[in-house]
Amino acid sequence: MKSLELKLQSPKQTQLLGMHLGKLATQGDVFLLVGELGTGKTCLVQGIVHGLGIKQYAFSPTFIIIREYHGRLPLYHIDLYRLDNIEEIADLGLDEEPYTKGICAIEWADKGLNILPEQHLLIQLSYNPDIDTERTAYVMSKGKRYEELVTQLKVILSKENSWN
Amino acid sequence: MKILGIDTSCDETSAAVVADGTRILSNIVASQIDIHSRYGGIVPEVASRQHLLTIIPVVKRSLEEANIGWNNLNGIAVTFGPGLAGSLLVGVNFAKGIALASGLPLIGINHLEGHIYANWLEREPLPVFPSLCLIVSGGHTNLILMRGHGEFEHLGRTRDDAAGEAFDKAARILHLGYPGGPAIEEAASSGTPRFTLPRAWLKGTNDFSFSGVKTALWHLIHKEEILNSPARVADAAASFQNAVVEVLATKTIEAARKLGVRQIILGGGVAANKPLRYRMLDASPVPIIFPPSVLCTDNAAMIAACGYYKIQQGLTSDYDLDVVSGLSLD
Repeated sequence: MKSLELKLQSPKQTQLLGMHLGKLATQGDVFLLVGELGTGKTCLVQGIVHGLGIKQYAFSPTFIIIREYHGRLPLYHIDLYRLDNIEEIADLGLDEEPYTKGICAIEWADKGLNILPEQHLLIQLSYNPDIDTERTAYVMSKGKRYEELVTQLKVILSKENSWN
Repeated sequence: MKILGIDTSCDETSAAVVADGTRILSNIVASQIDIHSRYGGIVPEVASRQHLLTIIPVVKRSLEEANIGWNNLNGIAVTFGPGLAGSLLVGVNFAKGIALASGLPLIGINHLEGHIYANWLEREPLPVFPSLCLIVSGGHTNLILMRGHGEFEHLGRTRDDAAGEAFDKAARILHLGYPGGPAIEEAASSGTPRFTLPRAWLKGTNDFSFSGVKTALWHLIHKEEILNSPARVADAAASFQNAVVEVLATKTIEAARKLGVRQIILGGGVAANKPLRYRMLDASPVPIIFPPSVLCTDNAAMIAACGYYKIQQGLTSDYDLDVVSGLSLD
């Protein structure tokens, strides 16, 4: 397991982190997003969408649960917010095609951790109690592919001044 | 001309018979709110199973109440998107089945367009063109220019949460229950909007954003100890509602002025929100029209009304009509 902790000073910086992830993403990648209402999960996905070369706004998929985007790779933006029951999440079949052929970014993933893919990149977003606009992102890899991803991410971020 | 409308896009199973796109002969809505309120939202598999159970009795009742049989119908209009894929499938497949069996024309309807056509029901005189349409619901926040029947230009939409979704999430933050729109409106009615919450104006665009105000509400309840006092919850609800309504009304009216439209049309569940209606009626330079509350929320009469105007234009669907969960109006 490799991990990384980042201070995100603005929604823009959250999007920038997402954009790097979108650029690094390869087929079958699973990004699990965890965090309170308003910590920037959808904002991060907007960055992933951008990084995949998709010229669209990723808006909240809460209403339809799964929203599809087509860029360099298909992106499935999934929101478990309304699903409180583990069978309902299993019924989505996220471990099957077409989802495994693209990239899955799953919001409120903590609701289904037991049944979501074991190998994944987990991004936990949290509020900073002192600064309203600041968030902390805790990035954690499970599996070799994602350890590699964290290493690549570290290299990229070390070249940019905005990351401390 | 009589059209049977069917809508299963979200958590209501609905069937209706509408004459000439304007007169409601029946409008049956079987709501699943009781089932879903336990979960604080819609559960997709529960929703599609419920649609399967209720669709036949609901369609039968719509024909009985309209006092007509299959032979008196001239077409079947059904929502094919946007919505929950599993739920949409129930309505679309049912409609295809009866269209095939009866030989009646099948008309696939965009649910968003349906919300606009709710304004053609039981109204005298009918809406005029060009109109600016604001569709606000749990899944949508769209500003659309309508130049004529079927002639739409999508001007703006939400960049994050839909307005109704923001109400639902705010209600959850304030522990006010589901559905959030009516819950916030009721709590707000005894409060004053004394808390400052941000408005995302997104100047120079017709887009909206409601995730910032939701986040600000979250910060507010953690800083001000809101939840242990019903009076403070009411004030927080009023402040939240005020922020959302102000942005919706101001941006819509501004766009209407710029475009020089003859009318503003509201639709969708949030259009039932009274402070939104009053604010728009107060500030608009052109007439504002909106459906009665029962026709703001999802219903099949609006789908049938829209179907009538599609048939008039010769726009029917083939039997390979498929659901499009993320359908837009472009």
